[in-house]
Amino acid sequence: MPKRTDIHSILIIGSGPIVIGQACEFDYSGTQACRVLKEEGFRVILVNSNPATIMTDPDFADATYVEPITWEVVAKIIERERPDAVLPTMGGQTGLNVAMELFNRGIIGVPGTPEMIGANAQAIATAEDRDKFKQAMIEIGLKLPHSGVARTIAEARQVLNDIGLPAMIRPAYILGGRGTGIATTPAEYETMIANGLAASPISEILIEQSIAGWKEYELEVMRDSADNCVIICSIENVDPMGVHTGDSITVAPAQTLSDVEYQQMRDAAIACIRRVGVETGGSNVQFAVNPANGDQIVIEMNPRVSRSSALASKATGFPIAKIAAKLAVGYTLDEIPNDITKMTPASFEPSIDYVVTKIPRWAFEKLPGTSGILGTQMQSVGEAMSIGRTFPESLQKGLRSLEQGRLGLGCDPAEEHLAHLSDDQLLAAASIATPERIQQVGELLRRGVAAERVHDATKIDAWFLDQMGLIVDERHALADIGLQGMDRRSWRRAKRLGFSDAQMAYLWGIDELIVRAARQNAGVHPTYKTVDTCAAEFAAETPYHYSTYEDENEVRPSDRPRVVILGSGPNRIGQGIEFDYCCVHASFALRAAGFETVMVNCNPETVSTDYDTSDRLYFEPLTREDVLNVIEAETAASGGVPPKVIVSLGGQTPLKLSGLLPVHLIAGTSPASIDLAEDREKWNALCDELVIPQPPGGTATDLEQALQIVDRVGFPVLVRPSYVLGGRAMQIVHDRNHLARAMAELAGFGSLGKEGGLSAERPVLVDRFLEDATEVDVDAVRDHTGEVLIGGVMEHVEEAGVHSGDSACAIPPQTLPSWVVEVIEAYTRSIANALDVRGLINVQYAVLGTTVYVIEANPRASRTVPFVAKATGVPLAKVATRVMLGATLAELRAEGLLVPPSDHGHVAVKEAVLPFNRFPEVDTALGPEMRSTGEVMGIDVTFGKAFFKAELAAGTLLPSEGTVFLSLADGDKPAGLVVAKRLRELGLGIAATAGTAAYLARFDQPVDLVVGKVSEGDELTAVDLIADGKVSFVINTPRGRGGRTDGEQIRKTANSNRVSSVTTVAAALAAVQGMAEQAGDHLTVRPLQEFHARP
Amino acid sequence: MIRPAALVLADGSLFEGEALGAMAPGGIATGEVVFNTVLSGYQEVITDPSYAGQIITFTTPHIGNYGVNTTDFESRRPFCRGVIVRDLARRHSNHRAEASLDALLRRYGISAIGGIDTRRLTRLLRDAGAMPGAFGPLEDGVDQAALRAAALAEPGTDGIDLVAQVTTPTAYEVGGSNNSQGDRLIVAYDFGLKQSILRDLAALGRVRVVPASTTAADVLAMRPSGVFLSNGPGDPAEVGYAVDAITGLLGEVPVFGICLGHQLLSRAIDGHTFKLPFGHHGGNHPVRHQSTGKVEITSQNHNFCVDPESIAGRAEVTHINLNDMTVEGMRVHDVPAFSVQYHPEAGPGPHDAKYLFGMFDELMGGDGRSRPSVQGQLIQQELGVG
Repeated sequence: MPKRTDIHSILIIGSGPIVIGQACEFDYSGTQACRVLKEEGFRVILVNSNPATIMTDPDFADATYVEPITWEVVAKIIERERPDAVLPTMGGQTGLNVAMELFNRGIIGVPGTPEMIGANAQAIATAEDRDKFKQAMIEIGLKLPHSGVARTIAEARQVLNDIGLPAMIRPAYILGGRGTGIATTPAEYETMIANGLAASPISEILIEQSIAGWKEYELEVMRDSADNCVIICSIENVDPMGVHTGDSITVAPAQTLSDVEYQQMRDAAIACIRRVGVETGGSNVQFAVNPANGDQIVIEMNPRVSRSSALASKATGFPIAKIAAKLAVGYTLDEIPNDITKMTPASFEPSIDYVVTKIPRWAFEKLPGTSGILGTQMQSVGEAMSIGRTFPESLQKGLRSLEQGRLGLGCDPAEEHLAHLSDDQLLAAASIATPERIQQVGELLRRGVAAERVHDATKIDAWFLDQMGLIVDERHALADIGLQGMDRRSWRRAKRLGFSDAQMAYLWGIDELIVRAARQNAGVHPTYKTVDTCAAEFAAETPYHYSTYEDENEVRPSDRPRVVILGSGPNRIGQGIEFDYCCVHASFALRAAGFETVMVNCNPETVSTDYDTSDRLYFEPLTREDVLNVIEAETAASGGVPPKVIVSLGGQTPLKLSGLLPVHLIAGTSPASIDLAEDREKWNALCDELVIPQPPGGTATDLEQALQIVDRVGFPVLVRPSYVLGGRAMQIVHDRNHLARAMAELAGFGSLGKEGGLSAERPVLVDRFLEDATEVDVDAVRDHTGEVLIGGVMEHVEEAGVHSGDSACAIPPQTLPSWVVEVIEAYTRSIANALDVRGLINVQYAVLGTTVYVIEANPRASRTVPFVAKATGVPLAKVATRVMLGATLAELRAEGLLVPPSDHGHVAVKEAVLPFNRFPEVDTALGPEMRSTGEVMGIDVTFGKAFFKAELAAGTLLPSEGTVFLSLADGDKPAGLVVAKRLRELGLGIAATAGTAAYLARFDQPVDLVVGKVSEGDELTAVDLIADGKVSFVINTPRGRGGRTDGEQIRKTANSNRVSSVTTVAAALAAVQGMAEQAGDHLTVRPLQEFHARP
Repeated sequence: MIRPAALVLADGSLFEGEALGAMAPGGIATGEVVFNTVLSGYQEVITDPSYAGQIITFTTPHIGNYGVNTTDFESRRPFCRGVIVRDLARRHSNHRAEASLDALLRRYGISAIGGIDTRRLTRLLRDAGAMPGAFGPLEDGVDQAALRAAALAEPGTDGIDLVAQVTTPTAYEVGGSNNSQGDRLIVAYDFGLKQSILRDLAALGRVRVVPASTTAADVLAMRPSGVFLSNGPGDPAEVGYAVDAITGLLGEVPVFGICLGHQLLSRAIDGHTFKLPFGHHGGNHPVRHQSTGKVEITSQNHNFCVDPESIAGRAEVTHINLNDMTVEGMRVHDVPAFSVQYHPEAGPGPHDAKYLFGMFDELMGGDGRSRPSVQGQLIQQELGVG
């Protein structure tokens, strides 16, 4: 069936901010969908609140709404745009949930309204409603775990009688398994059913027989309107059932299923997509297999593109989202050519001749109080994917791709942490799923503990364990042979098992570069193979490569000038989609300017690892060895001309590599300039020379030095390690004891130690902390002529002390006097010139009274670059990239790439999105350590309205009725008075703690209810009030030092009861302003294209 | 203990690896080197008689992961000449496993070579076509030159009657006892018959498997309800006696052919067959059923192919391969006979085309027992019994 001609405009629902369980993969899918549908001539309307996405670039849709993704707002967009169809399957669970809410209200999917394409409401309900899904699967003869559905605690208790413990609890309509868990005791069961019912938007949970320890698989299946079905990829989890698939190490294709079993699973997956009724597009179906007898049961299916489909796309080269978008508008699989072979149709099943491993990355070190134990609820914040010809090679590449100080499966300095554990202790540790388990398993095998015992403890399949055993055996062999004994055959054997040069350097106690030289002398170089969907059966056009050690290299020669762009690796808190946005923009800009672009990255979720984004993609770890290898391969392919390398767009990952790469290849700002900004002594001297004030401070490598600094500058001080992003381990320190603790933590081989520890090369920065200062961020671009373009000046809502990544901010600045903005711009120009910046620079300031202090300057892309671009309409990343390769701003202006910022008197507000709803044990108070996973943008005609939208998009519901609970630190009370007054004016009730209430009463603002201290066990406390649902909003600001327990309890209670809260008085002021401006007024929607329109 | 080995193709290409499986007589295994892109199902592939005379290269790097078992044999023994892999599992893991793949290879005297850059080999075969090759451990006087000489001396599969090497020497019967159509007889020509096909046929009636050289008269004397023409190795032009027999059967009895059986049926209606550059060997080929427009993902294993021009007027092309638009199925005009080039029985591969056995059932008058469905019920039964 050819393309449908009865629809002309399509609304695509994005997935919103990056949260745990819903990350860049939906930018990847959504970007593909937008592109394809635009190419097909449809009018594409997009809604996504996340400004850091590539899909929200105004070029990708005809109307781009950076607006909150709630049914009310999307309904307004539908009213304004009147699309013919809505595609809900590209925006993850958010897209499906909003679509269902719109359907339930008769706004889409019923006659006379936009049609739902991809998956209709019935299919979504069948897949998402646990009970309906169960019935559907039983109908087609597929097995499920024994289970029952409960809507109340009493029903849940009843169900337990039939199933027995251990039991798995899964809430209906949730994303990433939130509220899911396995209960093994009656007490755990009681807690989990309550949490589960609370987590489900429809208060419904499924209780199932626990099948922990079974093998877990996923199949990616696609179906077209002619009912053709194909399986794109099979995925096998190394971690057995019991660990969420997003938190599992997974491998593609499946490795331990015989064909008979695989075909049975394939039949089941196809039957499942047919019965659920996904008419066109992709779904993933999860299975559990009993290793004892092969029994297969269906776990769940997602009737949409997913994290797994993004992984499957990258793993096979088959672009699932792109094809799904084409299927949604009527094409059938046999009408669509395979993108990679060009010669064969998309109606086939990819065959792959390599092994893909995906390894999650967690951020437990940023969330004190969490157990770090993996379960059925997803907790990872990112993932790395690696490709090797064999599982051992792929696994070791994946482990070093994580950038957590590991060089592979052990055989690195970090393995020494496990040395103090006995075999039994180690086995006991490995029996619990944690991020460390894979390395613990490696260590057990290294010690010669029998694979059977390791299997009994971990339930990891014996084949995987034996493959890891091959790595361990090779390590012993390498130790025996020694560097001197290595010949070509032995080098090749080690490299084929994925050993990095650095691992061998550790093993032999020599420098990595000596290993590299010796290996190269032996003639052992990596070869680059191609991901081609067909295991080489057909010639492939698409240059998507991975390294391995084989006979033949497939990189094709070319003589165009080429630029290697180093990506940002796995997502982590502090380094995510914003940097992928910059890398992708760099590639687009350079391709348009005639360069050949080469992307190196290992994050399967991203747009940068779409083989369409660059001229060539190397799916490789971002380590010195792997990057040097790519540079050498590219040099060889262009007849000896080395490429330029971009290190300043991918965040800290490539920046850390810059010193390890040939200096003359680095495009843009020189490594010497980067060092000038990073090296504290040099930077201080520079600021002095420029007469730009800095908070007083210094660098310390031990406590004594730190104390000397404090003696000079006084408390409080801000203590932070150098060379890390995202405020890792940053603390505000108020006294000597606290300082000693902070220094000890930094020196210890704790979580930070993994990233390098404390040393002379990586000292700690100790600076006077400027209390109550206003923080300001600036992104600017400077070209080689010295012209500096100020991209955006952002004023933070939260005061200094809250990490800039966790703080809301606004463009243009809202409270700064214009002269202060001018000073900031002048300082920025001066610093950019002094550093001889070629490209982007981000400078952070703190404004206190009439003094503008510079906090730090980073001559690289910052997290805010995409936000600035969306707010102003200036493609900052593209401009900066061209400048790095030699263009001047004047030339880019003439070319039309650089346009003046749009000015429609609008305000854009960025708000951070925090992962606390997944970690009820964590205090939600903001601090200097960044913990947000993503961001949203609100854009409107006033600050208040834009802030209101940003809060709504971030999931913070600013109330229009009910009671607000106030509990303020002393210093915050005057501002709190204003907050209370505004709340009154808006007709809201106020409850407060005794201290806050007394203060307010003194200024004639009596509260409605005074509650006692939690810690004193009074009869009615704030915690009771919140838990009873009597509070619609919480304003609780932590005290500067100590005494946090009460507030912490209040915030945690609000968090677990899903009552929105703010933890700074600045945010409270912004919130009441937003509420006041929004009150009684209808929220209006407007696409970016209108905000960006030039007169 | 690693035994260095090498593979040399007739064009002189050299691949280094290590010796696995059985030791070939004289230390050198020779045959026509082909590749197969299936991700799972190595045991079925290795024991498929259609690979007689050939050395199988698996593009999937890890082979042997889930071991081998007695159920997954496609014939009484492997007929291939050798196996080429990137990596043979040191240890297998699966509840169905009864032994390792290496043990199976040794037991049946099949040599193998591991550690090969199978992707380079596949790309070479893709561009140059299937070609003779030789491999063996580099010891006892075997060197590259000896391997090269052996590769050049290897005749390949052209012009050789490989069917005679694999067919059953005597007729035998299966099925029927617990079958509702137990009195219905299907005669199956064994040109290299796979067990998976036999299982699917046995669901339709009593099956009498006969040697490839059985005449039409002998078959008709058995008064069968239908005749099945099996898959098998090599060049259909070399099996003229079978073509003669089929000519005698057409119009007398319903006929269904698979793979070589399809090619022989086409020759029986004066069609031509030709050799494909590197054949179809995999489990992922899209085939369009022309009458419904539906696409089936199919299991394929053939080097020869029917020329559609040559059967025009005598038969209708019912299925085509969407990768290269070659003929994948036909129905003969005026007589009850049809055939497909690919493998609806799977083993290994997807079950999308199982309906063809239902069509054969209908052609024989219908009422066959349960038709295999996409649910894979048959396989489930199989597992239950086995």
